[in-house]
Order: sequence, then structure tokens, then C-alpha cells
Amino acid sequence: MINFWNRKYIFTKVIDQYFKNVYDAYEFIKLFFKEAFKRPFHFREIINQCYEVGLKSLPLITLTGFIVGIVFTKQSRPSLEAFGAASWLPSLMGIAIIKALGPLVTALICAGKVGSGIGAELGSMRVTEQIDAMEVSSVNPFKFLVVNRIIATTITIPVLVFYCSFVGLYGSYINVHTEDTSSILTFYQNAFSTITFLDIFESVVKSVIYGFTIGIVGCFKGFNATQGTLGVGRAANHAVVLAMFLIFVEEILIVQVFNWIRFY
Amino acid sequence: MKKLQKHTIDANEPVITISGLYKSFDDLEVLKGIDFTLYKGENVAVLGKSGTGKSVLIKIIVGLLKPDKGAVFALGKQVDKLNRQELDALRLRIGFSFQSSALYDGMNVFQNLAFPLNMNVKNLSKKEVRLSVEKVLDAVGLIDKINHMPSELSGGQRKRVGIARTLILKPEIMLYDEPTAGLDPITSTEIIELINEVQHQFQTSSIIITHDLTCAKNTSDRTAMLLEGQFVKVGTFEEVFDTQNEHLKDFYNYNFIQ
Repeated sequence: MINFWNRKYIFTKVIDQYFKNVYDAYEFIKLFFKEAFKRPFHFREIINQCYEVGLKSLPLITLTGFIVGIVFTKQSRPSLEAFGAASWLPSLMGIAIIKALGPLVTALICAGKVGSGIGAELGSMRVTEQIDAMEVSSVNPFKFLVVNRIIATTITIPVLVFYCSFVGLYGSYINVHTEDTSSILTFYQNAFSTITFLDIFESVVKSVIYGFTIGIVGCFKGFNATQGTLGVGRAANHAVVLAMFLIFVEEILIVQVFNWIRFY
Repeated sequence: MKKLQKHTIDANEPVITISGLYKSFDDLEVLKGIDFTLYKGENVAVLGKSGTGKSVLIKIIVGLLKPDKGAVFALGKQVDKLNRQELDALRLRIGFSFQSSALYDGMNVFQNLAFPLNMNVKNLSKKEVRLSVEKVLDAVGLIDKINHMPSELSGGQRKRVGIARTLILKPEIMLYDEPTAGLDPITSTEIIELINEVQHQFQTSSIIITHDLTCAKNTSDRTAMLLEGQFVKVGTFEEVFDTQNEHLKDFYNYNFIQ
């Protein structure tokens, strides 16, 4: 009989490490919820982080949202025209941008910009002993560095999603307007005519979950960085890759859940 | 080097007591049964080669690492048995100066020093914080660098700011991790003088982790030699190196003594 307790690894080193990482991530999330509702609350730091995450991402989100709106409208027009349904373009764009493109594009941009930034910043603080320095100064580094950043991304990314959707629709309007003259008011009325409260709610739920994911993945990878500068690069890289992967998985799950809600 | 007046050591009042301390990392045994006492008002230099567990020892004292076996008492509290609040309260009384200085990159010198104060002392006005920061910066001779970013400071200045950041909370014990590592001899001398000044001005007891014999000789009341995870000799600097032990003689001969 194999004696599991005397073995160095239960399976192999890699498999054991994988399960250890999953368990560590679970503990990390559990600690976040424990610390998030405990005093002291660092409101000023949360505002600082919201500024870092939100305001500093605005130019990139504006540009990306606007281009996505124009390109998607341009690509959709020929297909709709073939069926004589070009007038449905604003409605199609409303559904596409508010329900899918706005949240997804914003989340992916933020995973790249914000997630990697958090991973690299916390990673470099870890390897240069700045996190230990906080710890020995009787400051809880998890609360100050991790909790505040996750709250900031969870609050700010939904705002960015709505901003991106608005800018994307405006880009779409510009394209529609160049082809067949229409007023912006009519365009937005048509775009929102097929949008229900549940669609908006779905978008909010998605963006909150994406924000939380970007924050927690970036912080987890950065906070647990090891192996010097190599570890910092790795933390930033893993933060982006894992966050993007999880965003796509969450997208599928949330769409399924809301379709199920609509059906019933 | 500036000589300071002799200070008083209270041999009846231990501030740190370590007994039977063991610590391993995976298969590597770093500390193998350390017994040690630091008395009030005393400076002890812990000497040893790189990788012998010197830094691990002070990280256990401040609760950054957990011991595998043995007990560490700091200011009467058993460190590994404390909960988060109790450990935080103890850490306020212990200053830790990191080898890398560990200054917060995103904050200037003033913010680096004000941060632990703002986070730990409630109801301080901005003026009071400013005055405390200026007072400590003045003590380390860097008042003119108050608005500089850490990246704009030299290695020696970073060490000084790091020490100032720990002093702002008025600790009773100071733990210095390689205070002179990577510094030129002149800057090292300045840091040695600063360590002595801190002991006199702030009445601290200190453990100085170093492999620099000049630093150990000029800052310590006692010297402890760590070899292969154990203290092989503890005494005055002269007592430790008045020996036939080959390892100690080698260590002495490879260093330059001022």
C-alpha cells in the first residue's frame, strides 16, 4: 500500500503546486471579504486608486470605444443593407455595444492596463521589501494595498463600461450620420428602443464582476510575487493573461445565466 | 569616527530573549538552536557569512517569519503566540531598518515618514505630523531632502531615511539589517555614527546584523558570531575574535578593521 503521508509530493511537484495556488487564491479572496468590511477604512486611498484606475484609463477607453463603434457599424451595414434592414443599424449597435462590446472591450483594456499595473506595482513592492516594511510599521499591507485596489477597480470599471458604451454609440452615430443623415437624438432613441432594464442590469453585473476579477488577479499575482525582478515581470504578465482568460469564462457564464433568467 | 559617551546597559532587564530557536526553509536548516538575550540599552552586532540566517533571526523577532521550534520573547511578549492586534502593538515598539531601505517608491521623503505616523497615531494635526517628520529628519541630517523622491537619494541617504522612518514611531528596540552593505567606507562611517547616535538620543536597544567588522566593532557592546545556524561565540568584539577557531580567524582576516 502506498503511504501518502511519507511522500514528498502527493501527485507531482507541478500538480501539487497548481492545487496549492488554487487554495491560496481561495484564501486570498476569503481574506479580502474579511478585511473589506473591517475598520479602518482608507477612503482617501480608495479615491486615489479610483483616480489611477479610472481617470488615467479614460483616453485609452475613449479611443478604443470610439473606434469599436465606428468599425462595428461599418462592418454590419452591408449585411443589414442586403436584407433591406439598414434602418435597424442603431438598434443592432445598441444591443451589441451595451450588452457585449462595451463591457468586454473595457474589461480587456483594463486587464491589460490596470491589471498589469497592479501586478507590477505590488510585485516590485514585494521584492524590494516595501510590503514587509509596511507590515513592521504596524500597517496591514493587505488592507492598505490589496483591499483598496480591489474596491477601486470594482467601483471604477462599471463607470468606465458605461462611458465606453456611450462613446462607442457616438462612434457608431458618426458612421451612420455620414451615410444617411440622422439626428443624434433619433439615433440614441433607436439604439435604446430594444434595450430592456434586464440588459442594463446584465451589463452592470458583468462590469462589476470584471472589475473585481481584474483587481483580485492583479493583486494576487503582485502580492505573492517572488524571485526578484523576474518575478515582477512574471506577476504583471500572469495578471493580464489570467484576468483576460477569466473575463471570457465569466462572459460565457453570465450570458448563460441571463438568458436563462429571460427565458423564465 | 565620532566617540559618544558611554551609555548604561541594564543587565537585569532583557528586552529580547530567544531560546532553542530553529528555522528551516524546505530542506535547508537555517537556524539550529539559537539561545540569546538582548538587554535594555545594549547594542549587539550579529556577525556571520551571507546565508547563515542572520536576517532570518531578526525577521522572526519582528514576526515576519514564524519559527519552527523555540520561543522568541520581545518586550515580554512571545512573538509567535500573538494575534494580529497584539503583534501590531508590539511592532510599534520595534523599529526595523531594511537592508534595501525599503522606502515607498511612490512617496516622497516626507510622505514616507508621515505614512506610519498617520496610520498608527490617531487625531494628529497636519502641523504635528510635519513637526515630527522634520524633527526625525533633522536627527538623521536630511532635513533638506524632505521633498525628494527616494529615487533622487544616494544609497547612504536612503539608509538614513529608512532609519528615520522607523524612529518616527519612537521604538524601544532597533533591528538593523546590514546597515552598511553596499556603501562606500565614508558613508558606512556616517551610518555607524548614526546608529550610535540613535542609541544615545532615542535610548534604544539594538541588534545590528552585519558582515562588516568595522560596523560591528564600532557599534556593538557585544558581538555574536553566527556560524552554521548557531552562535559559536558571544562576547565583546575583542573576546569573540581572540580565538583559535579557524572559521572566526578566517572571517576576521578577510575584513579590514579600522
